[in-house]
Amino acid sequence: MSQADLLDQDPVFQLKGSMLAVTILELVHNDLERLDRQLAEKVAQAPGLFQNTPLVLGLDKLPAVETAFDLTELMAVCRRHGLRTLAVRTAREQDVAAANALDLPILPPSGARERAIELAPAQSKPAAKPPEPARATSKIIRTPVRGGQQIYAAGGDLIVLAPVSAGAELLADGNIHVYGPLRGRALAGVKGDSAAAVFCQSLNAELVSIAGVYKVAEDLRRLPHWGKSVHVSLSDEMLNIHLL
Amino acid sequence: MAKILVVTSGKGGVGKTTTSAAIGTGLAMRGYKTVIVDFDVGLRNLDLIMGCERRVVYDFVNVINGEASLNQALIKDKRIENLSILAASQTRDKDALTTEGVEKVLDELRQNFDYIVCDSPAGIEKGAYLAMYFADEAIVVTNPEVSSVRDSDRMLGLLASKSRRAEKGEESVKEHLLLTRYNPERVIKGEMLSVTDVEEILAIRLLGVIPESQAVLKASNQGIPVILDDISDAGQAYSDAVDRLLGKDVAHRFLEVQKKGLLQRFFGGRE
Repeated sequence: MSQADLLDQDPVFQLKGSMLAVTILELVHNDLERLDRQLAEKVAQAPGLFQNTPLVLGLDKLPAVETAFDLTELMAVCRRHGLRTLAVRTAREQDVAAANALDLPILPPSGARERAIELAPAQSKPAAKPPEPARATSKIIRTPVRGGQQIYAAGGDLIVLAPVSAGAELLADGNIHVYGPLRGRALAGVKGDSAAAVFCQSLNAELVSIAGVYKVAEDLRRLPHWGKSVHVSLSDEMLNIHLL
Repeated sequence: MAKILVVTSGKGGVGKTTTSAAIGTGLAMRGYKTVIVDFDVGLRNLDLIMGCERRVVYDFVNVINGEASLNQALIKDKRIENLSILAASQTRDKDALTTEGVEKVLDELRQNFDYIVCDSPAGIEKGAYLAMYFADEAIVVTNPEVSSVRDSDRMLGLLASKSRRAEKGEESVKEHLLLTRYNPERVIKGEMLSVTDVEEILAIRLLGVIPESQAVLKASNQGIPVILDDISDAGQAYSDAVDRLLGKDVAHRFLEVQKKGLLQRFFGGRE
């Protein structure tokens, strides 16, 4: 794996859930002229009221028998008075179609969350996935890691269920576990996580590093822990090696 | 379905060509139609080991370039009926090999043979890469010393990640370890790695241990695959390895120091 590949695995985005207050304009009558006039009066009373204010258009309070109206025109009226449409709240078929045509998100009618909005299949959009849990999944390797191979677990732990040969390199943002002899290099917490640790069944490593603090084989093989099952952790910028 | 077998090592001079010749001959002797292909373009040796260097007219590169048919280039062994050799070109270099060309030749060989033994050049560059790319099984030849073991380890990594089977996500290439130039006396003295040491480091199935033997050098110089020298320990060890390759359960021999007979001790017999 080259340096470029490592950068490639660096996440470029985060998904987060958030609540935000937003103005909803609930339309009671389909009368755009009156709406225009009444909005103008409101703005005249308080000139700074709407300044590019995000807005959800509530069309769900309109009488069901009301004739279809021009969504584009309605948005234009709102825009003139400093209101910018984010989404439409509606369940009426013709409004859903109009909103889809304008590529405008559709929200379910208030108090009717459980009622699904029926959309024509061609217009349906996949529901946004729930954000990933904060803890990234671990990478598990089941075959021997040979000299010259490099394995990087981005954002999580690396677990190897086989020997790691001399000349191989393991990298992880989190912990590294090797259930076999570790003869290569193991670098845990490569993004600077000093709580990361390295676990291995037999310490024969060329190099062990946690958050950039490292020990090479020259130092490691003098320790009584050499060739034993160990847990390597970092405290006060020092590598601590404990028998397991 | 024909099996493609690569004999590889990473390191040079460990006995790849000797092994290719011995294993290929052994398979043919057991009735399998076998061809040994020399991938060492520019440093062709297989024809010498097989003793057919005077009969090479066309070679592997000629076939790839369409300058000769496969039948014209294949050299039939004079001793073993089912055995053929495809020599490498001596006047070209490894760039003469292309993935498409090699694939085309191997596909054609598959039609007529049971085993295709690919004799890999040393290194991990193009020649070695193409020799192992199409393999179904690999014999990794290793000497009991650290640099050879490390290079074999690297080669095993490439087999697991860069072979066609790995790239297509098929069942991985079956790996066999063949330890050559093994000298139990030097192991006891601590001058050589033991079988257990090498097995532990490489963690693959042991196909055989070939003892260090004068018979190998003699056979090479005479152009006779050492497996045909069935009195020699090396020849017998190769024979056992072929049986194991075919799935037979044969006990490993020549792992312990052989006691010298009284006369041998007096006259310093070296066979």
